[in-house]
Amino acid sequence: MNPLRYLFAIVALVGALNVYAAADLEVNTPGVNAIKSSMQARHAQLAGYYANGAVGLSMDGMIELRDAGSVPLAARQTVNALIAAENQDRDALYAEIANANGHPEWKSEIRSTFAQRWIQLAQRGWWVMSNNGWTQK
Amino acid sequence: MQTRAASFAKKSWIALAACALSACVTINIYFPAAAAEKAADKIIEEVWQIQQSDKPATVKEKK
Repeated sequence: MNPLRYLFAIVALVGALNVYAAADLEVNTPGVNAIKSSMQARHAQLAGYYANGAVGLSMDGMIELRDAGSVPLAARQTVNALIAAENQDRDALYAEIANANGHPEWKSEIRSTFAQRWIQLAQRGWWVMSNNGWTQK
Repeated sequence: MQTRAASFAKKSWIALAACALSACVTINIYFPAAAAEKAADKIIEEVWQIQQSDKPATVKEKK
C-alpha cells in the first residue's frame, strides 16, 4: 500500500471521529443528571425569591442576593443557604459538563454560555444583572 | 528488497505520524458554542420547568 495513502486514511479516520465527537455536547451523564435534579428541587424554593426580586441572576452564571429587604428576617438565613447551595451546584454543573466532554478547560466557556441563557430564559419580572446594573425583565 | 520487519517498522512510523497529526486536530478543537447553547437551554428548561423555548419566556405574568 502506498505509504502516503495509508497515512491519509488514518488521519481521515481519526479526524472524522474527532469531528463527530465535537459536533454535540454530552450532557446526559449521571453526574450532570444528579446536579440537575438537585437544582430542580431547589427551584421550587427559589422561584418566589426570583419573582419578588430578592434574588437576581448575575452575569457569570450564578445567582445573588439582590434585595435583602424583601426577605423577612426569619427567612434570610434560609435564602442565603439556598443561594450558596445553588451556586455550588451551578459551578459543579459547568465543571461536570466540561469534564464529561473531555475538555475541563471549556468550563469557563460553558459558564458564560449558561450565564447568557439563564438571563435569556428568565421569566418576566425577574431581576437580571447587565452592564447597566440590575434590570427587571 | 524489503524485509517484513522493515515494512512493519515503516508502517508503524506512519501510524505514529498519523496519530501525532490527529492529536493536533484534537487539541485544536474549538468550543462548540452552538451545541453548548442548545445543551444549556435543555438543562435550564428542565431546572426551571419551562415548557418550550419557542414561546417568549412565559405567559404566566403577561399583562
